[in-house]
Amino acid sequence: MTLLLLIILLPLIGFLINAFVGKKLPKIVSGIIGSGTILVSFVLSAIFFIGFINGTQQKIDVNVYDWIVLPDFTITFGLLLDQLSVTWLMVVTGIGFLIHIYSISYMHDDEKFHVFFSYLNLFIFFMLLLVLGNNFLVTFIGWEGVGLCSYLLIGFWFKNQDYNNAAKKAFIMNRVGDLGFLLGMFLLLYNFHSLHFGTLQTILASATVSHGLIIAITLLLFVGAMGKSAQLPLYTWLPDAMAGPTPVSALIHAATMVTAGIYMIARANFIYVLAPETMQFIAFIGVATALFAATIGLMQNDIKKVLAYSTVSQLGLMFMALGVGAFTSGVFHVVTHAFFKACLFLGSGSVIHALHGEQDIRNMGGLKKYMPITFWTFLISSLAISGVFPFSGFFSKDEILAAAFEHNKVLWAVASLASLMTAFYMFRLVFLTFTGEFRGTEEQKHHLHESPALITFPLVVLALLAAVGGAFGLPEFLGFHHGLKEFLSPVFVANPNAGEEHGLSHSTEIALMAGAFIGALLSIGYAYSKYVSGKALPIKDGAQTGLGKIIYHKYYVDEIYNLLFVKSTLWLSEIFHTVVDNTVVDGAVNWSGKFSLLVGGQVRKLQSGSIGFYLLAMVISIVVMFFYVFIIR
Amino acid sequence: MNLLLNIFSMVPIQYYIFISAVLFCIGVLGVLFRRNAIIIFMSVELMLNSVNLLLVAFSTYHNDASGQVFVFFVMAVAAAEVAVGLAILVTIFRNVHSVDIDELKNLKH
Repeated sequence: MTLLLLIILLPLIGFLINAFVGKKLPKIVSGIIGSGTILVSFVLSAIFFIGFINGTQQKIDVNVYDWIVLPDFTITFGLLLDQLSVTWLMVVTGIGFLIHIYSISYMHDDEKFHVFFSYLNLFIFFMLLLVLGNNFLVTFIGWEGVGLCSYLLIGFWFKNQDYNNAAKKAFIMNRVGDLGFLLGMFLLLYNFHSLHFGTLQTILASATVSHGLIIAITLLLFVGAMGKSAQLPLYTWLPDAMAGPTPVSALIHAATMVTAGIYMIARANFIYVLAPETMQFIAFIGVATALFAATIGLMQNDIKKVLAYSTVSQLGLMFMALGVGAFTSGVFHVVTHAFFKACLFLGSGSVIHALHGEQDIRNMGGLKKYMPITFWTFLISSLAISGVFPFSGFFSKDEILAAAFEHNKVLWAVASLASLMTAFYMFRLVFLTFTGEFRGTEEQKHHLHESPALITFPLVVLALLAAVGGAFGLPEFLGFHHGLKEFLSPVFVANPNAGEEHGLSHSTEIALMAGAFIGALLSIGYAYSKYVSGKALPIKDGAQTGLGKIIYHKYYVDEIYNLLFVKSTLWLSEIFHTVVDNTVVDGAVNWSGKFSLLVGGQVRKLQSGSIGFYLLAMVISIVVMFFYVFIIR
Repeated sequence: MNLLLNIFSMVPIQYYIFISAVLFCIGVLGVLFRRNAIIIFMSVELMLNSVNLLLVAFSTYHNDASGQVFVFFVMAVAAAEVAVGLAILVTIFRNVHSVDIDELKNLKH
């Protein structure tokens, strides 16, 4: 337990040091403290992880102290370490560490270097709290904390008003989801008097609970996940969140925080399996998000925006996996996605760094010969996300698609379409960025260089993981050992509603795999023919027509939300301001003031200053009182 | 002592009540209608003493000494009040060279 607390507290200590004395420390010391604490956390997590693999480590469920004690229920501040949380622990601390050392180089010229590291450490702290909480409330603290850090880091360069707006947008949209989460927790607490995962699981397994209640709880919790993990209709904050520094996009908005929704649902799987309707809903929301975001990704020209939409799309796939009951596949994809998406974001950061802030792929091209390491790592990760054998994405994505195929052919078809699009736009990005001629200015061309070792090292490590990460979950039907599935099996309850994992015949599975693989290759080939052989370039802003224009403008969702929610809220506040505040509230205040003045003005005339009059008034009053007391009453 | 009590008791209680009421009313009217602050003070004392008289009378008729004890308290308080009041009057006189209460409207702003 001490070690477990240490894992969580180390990033907090790093945060405190950097936040309070970071200003006085040299940048390199700040960076070392920031990264070092995470490294120690990672090593400790790895010890637990290895313990779990060897079977020497048992599940830990400890209460650190009683937090809220009421006659009806007690909520403790407790930690839970099991196979699911240790998986996230490894991802968060491992990728977190790589991104920390990347940031040392990436943020080197920033004057708020120590602030950046303190925020990153605080983020890791809250993320660890999120995954290690043993009840919903502790998880919720982490949940809110990572939201806060996300806000702080998106708006890190707060001198730019657009970045501030993006930060606010992320924060407010997440509040919408959090409300759902909170209501779900209230329902749980009200009906079961507990938020502890283990207790709830026992209660739900034994008691008969109304089906409507379960559906309400699961839907409300899912609304929370929608906000945090950027699903339809609450996804628009994530692409805007790319305003933050690139390491932040990689860590928070691709690899870790946005997967919190998936973690929460995987953690609460024992509730979700009781509500097949909700699972169905999650699957459809997930697949709709996957397709929707993938189509938008086809037309984006900002290197980070493309990756952002691809993140939304991949998160959609993960939710679809959860929805069809393939929890393990969802978690598997979270892990592989964390590898390749972090690598892609860091690679894009390396490119942006080399081009001094240029993010538009129309002004890039030909970077392959200047930045070979970035190119190769980016290529490997793109192959992984596109689902090309034998890279990691191939295995995880194939598992999800197979599970979907088993569950519902429509889900499978839409998800496959989304994956084909993913392969296309990822390679559109690769080809436009790294091949052909350089299209930027001479000035930029002159300064082109490969990034320093602190940047390329994380890229290489992540690319390696992206390449071989599939080994955690090799397909069982081919006779391999699916490590992750076996590892996570104690966490997930048997799902009565999903078919058997092996419901598909081997030939079908192989056909699906081959189909997905060939499809991905065809997509890549099409992108090649268009952007390398055809030398096509995305057309200029404003020149798009028809459907292309709609997609380029992201289906005008932002504009619609702006009209529906922002404008209407502003309009409502304007009404409240002019009518309710100015007339009613101010009126009441002013009127009571005027009334006192009026009454006072009349009453002061009684105070004539004539003592005789006072005495007379006193005597008359006493006589009247005597009359009242002795005669009338 | 018994003789004295008898003499008191020979007068009916109504007489005491009546004379107290008359004294009290004289005091009230004096307070209300006189302008001179010293006379008003004296009227106030008259009211207090009318009440004292009544207390003593009742005390005798009920054979209960506490009424008389109470009178001593009233006297003590009255003495204190007079001391303070007269001191105020002296100060007022020093300022306005008069003890006419109608002259004291300066307190009104």
